[in-house]
Amino acid sequence: MNKPKLVMVGNGMAGVRTLEALLALAPDAYDITVFGAEPHANYNRIMLSPVLAGEQTLSDIMLNEASWYATHGITLHLGQPVLAVDRGRRLVHAADGRSVPYDRLLLATGSSPFILPVPGNDLPGVVTFRDIADVQTMIDAAANHQHAVVIGGGLLGLEAANGLLARGMQVTVVHLGEWLLERQLDRTAANLLQQSLAAKGLRFLLQKQTAALVAGPDGRVAQVRFKDGDSVPAQLVVMAVGIRPNDALAQASGLYCNRGVVVNDHLQTFDPRVYAVGECVSHRGVSYGLVAPLFDMAKVAANHLASLGIARYVPAATSTKLKVTGMDVFSAGNFMGGDGCEDITLSDPMAGIYKRLVVKDNKLVGACLFGDTADGAWYFRLIREQQPVHAIRDQLMLGEGAVGDTGHQGQHRAAGLPDEAEVCGCNGVCKGTIVKAIQEKGLFTVDDIKKHTKAASSCGSCSGLVEQILISCVGGAADVKPKSEKPICGCSDITHGQLRQAIRQQHLTSLADTFRVLGWRSPDGCASCRPAVNYYLIATWPGEAADDPQARFINERVHANIQKDGTYSVIPRMWGGVTNPAELRRIADVADKYAIPMVKVTGGQRIDLLGVKKEDLPAVWRELDMPSGHAYGKSLRTVKTCVGSEFCRFGTQDSTQMGIDLEKDLFGMWSPAKVKLAVSGCPRNCAESGIKDVGIIGVESGWELYIGGNGGIKTEVAEFFCKVKTHDEVMQYSGAFLQLYREEAFYLERTVHFLQRVGMDYIKQRVLDDATGRSELYARLKFALSFEQDPWAERYAGGVAQHEFAPLTV
Amino acid sequence: MSNWKAVCRLADIPPQGARVLKRAGQVDIAVFRTIDDQAFALLDRCPHKGGPLSQGIVSGHRVACPLHNWHIDLATGQACAPDEGCSGHIALKLDDGTVYLALD
Repeated sequence: MNKPKLVMVGNGMAGVRTLEALLALAPDAYDITVFGAEPHANYNRIMLSPVLAGEQTLSDIMLNEASWYATHGITLHLGQPVLAVDRGRRLVHAADGRSVPYDRLLLATGSSPFILPVPGNDLPGVVTFRDIADVQTMIDAAANHQHAVVIGGGLLGLEAANGLLARGMQVTVVHLGEWLLERQLDRTAANLLQQSLAAKGLRFLLQKQTAALVAGPDGRVAQVRFKDGDSVPAQLVVMAVGIRPNDALAQASGLYCNRGVVVNDHLQTFDPRVYAVGECVSHRGVSYGLVAPLFDMAKVAANHLASLGIARYVPAATSTKLKVTGMDVFSAGNFMGGDGCEDITLSDPMAGIYKRLVVKDNKLVGACLFGDTADGAWYFRLIREQQPVHAIRDQLMLGEGAVGDTGHQGQHRAAGLPDEAEVCGCNGVCKGTIVKAIQEKGLFTVDDIKKHTKAASSCGSCSGLVEQILISCVGGAADVKPKSEKPICGCSDITHGQLRQAIRQQHLTSLADTFRVLGWRSPDGCASCRPAVNYYLIATWPGEAADDPQARFINERVHANIQKDGTYSVIPRMWGGVTNPAELRRIADVADKYAIPMVKVTGGQRIDLLGVKKEDLPAVWRELDMPSGHAYGKSLRTVKTCVGSEFCRFGTQDSTQMGIDLEKDLFGMWSPAKVKLAVSGCPRNCAESGIKDVGIIGVESGWELYIGGNGGIKTEVAEFFCKVKTHDEVMQYSGAFLQLYREEAFYLERTVHFLQRVGMDYIKQRVLDDATGRSELYARLKFALSFEQDPWAERYAGGVAQHEFAPLTV
Repeated sequence: MSNWKAVCRLADIPPQGARVLKRAGQVDIAVFRTIDDQAFALLDRCPHKGGPLSQGIVSGHRVACPLHNWHIDLATGQACAPDEGCSGHIALKLDDGTVYLALD
């Protein structure tokens, strides 16, 4: 059977990204032919600046070599501009006379630099900065000539100027506007940038309008002359005054164009067989020149070409970064402010630092940073997530703080790190290794970096650093979407939020149904999505959705913690950290009988038996005769307590009993991530309630509740939630908050991150202000927990999952 | 020359799961059953740090090592890109619901 034919015109980043996404979705859907006007396969155009500056070579920036096309059965015609598209006959006519038929056409013709309509604009020595040939021309000129003029003080112009300066030319930047980078910086930041660049040796002529380019005796350009009569010498002139979508081919074929090929939200042109992506496109009247939106378009177009038909292109806030070594510039969103906007600024001219944050309607809408861009990614996330910021407003300017406190010497600024600095302390990955992988493999996401280098793939504390490194390498092309916008995994395009909503609204109660109804691309998901879906099912439909042990990570499947040698650890529950002589004797006997190599006291006030053989687990549990401590699960772990008023001379409340009661009340609670509680009997807080998911502190007049604390990877102090008077209120308020977390958090999202994502106001509104809602939340929690029994007893006495513990023999 | 030894019934292995075959003095073997009721056998030792693959999550024809989440192709024992390495693969046949392994 003949496959339908897909022809792509243009061979740049947006187009090839579309093909990559299409091949991932539907590898065999089309016979694909690609026409590229340039003689090169797909390269990373945004990295041309480092090539010009001599920091990278052409081979460093290749994204897809010709062999990639061959591997995927794609016919590639390089150096072959397409001259015409005959939509009636569905034929593409190339420059060499070749005609190729199509069933679907993908236009990815990119854009062209705008050429100033001044005399002399076609002289030898006048170039634009768009492709590899332009870069080669500039490199050659730098070797033989002295004076360069760059017309245009935008991102591209400044990067060109920097590159030519690095190659030894005397460079003047001519700019029509009042300040450099008007689309990326405000005046203050731009002035700081100009000073820094001037200190490097660049010259600037602002508010100068070019009148003519004048040739010298050899016919080459020799001078730039301005409207005001001034002139400067120039043997090389680079025009970087903007781009125009390449829509001439589309127009000639009769497609509707309006400063770009007009497309709908599916990236479809007025001819349903013809799609368009990238810089050639006009979507809702806007054309894009930054790579991040182009990659988003690629995903949407691929989804429709694969006949899935469920994606829409929605423009999102974009960020930009100047790729000039040593110049830290970052901006995102609406950083110029305006009606209804408030500015928060920090200015330290001596240190060369300027930051401006724009807040509107209590949300961060824009950021402009100069000199210190370490928090750019964080601001960008806040802008995209549109969460209220009033609660963190006084710290907003100070940044996210230490991105990670452990594992990388407390570093939280990637820019200043040397290449040999260890970024990922779990897997021993240095900055240089990450930078090399980004450049050589053409990586754009933290997930890709995790796969290729293992950095940030274990505890994740260095993901913030890795993200900064990614941004400093690829700038605005870095895909740093918040988890709320990212697909759950490669099996599907839907987000965690959409998944939870679908499970609830469509009453999905099994993994198989979920995968089928929501169009999963793999028959049974993967190791990332299956545990998440399983949790969402049982949390949404307790008693109705069956827990699927094969969708559980091994620890939760066998109810013990796997160790590096394949043995397991066993932690029996000690309610509130209280034990007795009989339990201790049984623990000692079990440790002797089963030759358990280590017995250790945990941080959660209980005892860990380490090195238990898997086949011994049921017998160990039976002889311990204590319930599971769930120390292995995304579940309630322990409730830590201090001694409290029963013995302590300072104690104001019976914290030990409160801890025992809470632990019994919440026993068997599965949650998006692990949950730890603590109860202290007075503000001396010996149980460390300030770093727990729910921390409770007894005071003379009642109990204070704190939520969202964390003492792990990054120390997060719990926020004050409320004060209540009675024992029952502690139970109900704690339980209601945890149920809200169980119902609305994303899988693997700790309470601190849930709190940061939805905001304390929202949680207060649901749990404190709405008394009915609170008691309903608590009732739903109790209902869900009514189905939970001690998993150890189920296995040693109830015959559950016996195959897990019995090896085969021959 | 190896010969086929019956090790269990396919029904003894949970779908999307595995069982461990213990061998005295030799590396254990993990016997997998996938969602489409095919069976595969690998040495129960991840090429990365020796993790027991039998304890991993099985999806499609792959298993994720429980220790560091390497993905291993069940049919070949090869680690999935970008990781590199191979866990020994053992020939297996299914006959009338019985799983046979080619053992020495």
